[in-house]
Amino acid sequence: MVRGIEDRLFHGIVIAILVLCGAAAVFPLLYVLSVSLTPFSEVLKNGGFILIPRSITFDAYHKLLTESNLPRAFWVTIYITVVGTALNLAVTVLMAYPLSRKVLPGRSLFLFLVVFTLLFGGGIIPTYLVVKSVGLLNSTWALILPNLVWSFNVLIMKSFFESLPEELFESARMDGAREFRILWQMVLPLSLPVTMTIGLFYAVGHWNEFFQAIMYVTDRSLFPLQVIVRELLVQTQAPLENVENMTPTETLQMASVVMASLPIIIVYPFLQKHFTKGMLLGSIKG
Amino acid sequence: MLARRIWLYRAFYLMLLPGVLYYIVFKYVPMYGVVIAFKNFNINDGILGSPWADPWNKHFLQFFQSPYFGQLLTNTFLISLYKLAFGVVPPIAMALLLNECRIKWFKSLIQTLTYMPHFLSWVIIYGILLALLSQNSGLVNYWIKDAGGDTVAFLTSTSYFRSILVGSEIWQNLGWGAIIYLAAMAGIDPTLYEASRVDGANRLRMIWHITLPGIRNVIVMLLILRLGHMLDAGFEQIYIMYNIQVYPVADIIDTWVFRTGLQQLNFSLAAAVGLFKAGIGLILVLASNRIAKRWGEGIW
Repeated sequence: MVRGIEDRLFHGIVIAILVLCGAAAVFPLLYVLSVSLTPFSEVLKNGGFILIPRSITFDAYHKLLTESNLPRAFWVTIYITVVGTALNLAVTVLMAYPLSRKVLPGRSLFLFLVVFTLLFGGGIIPTYLVVKSVGLLNSTWALILPNLVWSFNVLIMKSFFESLPEELFESARMDGAREFRILWQMVLPLSLPVTMTIGLFYAVGHWNEFFQAIMYVTDRSLFPLQVIVRELLVQTQAPLENVENMTPTETLQMASVVMASLPIIIVYPFLQKHFTKGMLLGSIKG
Repeated sequence: MLARRIWLYRAFYLMLLPGVLYYIVFKYVPMYGVVIAFKNFNINDGILGSPWADPWNKHFLQFFQSPYFGQLLTNTFLISLYKLAFGVVPPIAMALLLNECRIKWFKSLIQTLTYMPHFLSWVIIYGILLALLSQNSGLVNYWIKDAGGDTVAFLTSTSYFRSILVGSEIWQNLGWGAIIYLAAMAGIDPTLYEASRVDGANRLRMIWHITLPGIRNVIVMLLILRLGHMLDAGFEQIYIMYNIQVYPVADIIDTWVFRTGLQQLNFSLAAAVGLFKAGIGLILVLASNRIAKRWGEGIW
């Protein structure tokens, strides 16, 4: 391929804009990290936080871990992420597999049941009243059960299962396998990538859980991470301050932001290719 | 006959059972629960026991005649519209740039970086906004002060709030949104590019005459999908970011329903407003699917 001057120039501009986009994505995070690590004395001396701190302190993190609700909130979030994702996946797979078998009597009725919820819902208040009357208020189940299945994920999974060759199921049935066994020993191993992807979607959803917590939970010991972090963010006075050992509010706030996002930022690069795949799968069959 | 067929597939029904139970309890019972919009709901009497409102559309009337009706509707539509107007082009531009980039590792690095904010919660993004924009300690206000200007209350001022909502959403979704377009670009026949190169077209011409028409269907489809959700201006984002000073420009139907229903315990009025929103939403989704079908891109 011949590359003229014009072509090189064009490519150069493309690279430059992309560098700017990448920087725009990373810069705010780096700045937040820097604020959380800057000692107060530095801020007083130099006025304002800077991108690369001249010296570093972990005071804010130490404080959050020993004197705040954050560690407990971490456990709540880890609990709902692990238990919630496991249940989400189990129920989603169990729904998607029968719905992918075209011979099932009543299939279209069940499908309608799922799809209709994408179009219309009872809304915030009636849903709240149901959760209340089922007796879930103020329990970790209130953070898991009301969002047990996302219709969209059922549809993605169903269309993936439909793409598996029919002969596979025939031969398994000939060998005397029952449906549960076919699902467990054949369908699931074959659809591991799509199951992983959907599991990751669910897991990120649980990690970022906020909405259901403010709706259904008033017991502070059950607050998940995001609710506690948001509380720290809207407070203008840090609740943990004592005069001898000052950590400014901003430093504590940003330390909590870093702690709540770090797990996702760390695991994300390893999972990214799965997400991309899942996104593409979803786009093929909307 | 049917009974025998159903018995034959009993394992499938057993599998469906937990999911169907979930849908009935948490999706369909609430749909029935919207009747409280037509009742004077009293928490002790429950949904069934509460008396019917007189007239039956009392709560709807109250909403339509109240001053917040216009404000909520305006805010909801405007915020959605801004997000639509300013949110569509950046991911497409991003995808075009990535598509033109010929250094593989660099391309995937930038993709990884711009894709990441999508997985950060709105609480985290609000924290980032505080660090950058807060009046006392935000970075931007330090810069303004250094330049000799007066600090600006970005997060509590009505003139900046919507821009911040839209801007932070663009930041969050830039890379994520680009992926789907990038996939569509990958499906374009490469011989088209070769042919146009022989004809002497430069890069910009190829983008304009080949790449963009090649992803037109995807653009139209996503646009129509979003039109169907015009009334979902983004409850969680707004709830996390707003404050009492910016209610006049930030309060949308969902945040208002949340406050009125659950914080002021005005269940029936809030449910009526919620039902109004769900009704309009249903019409929008059905209408946009019809438009989509005309374009040959029907969603179902």
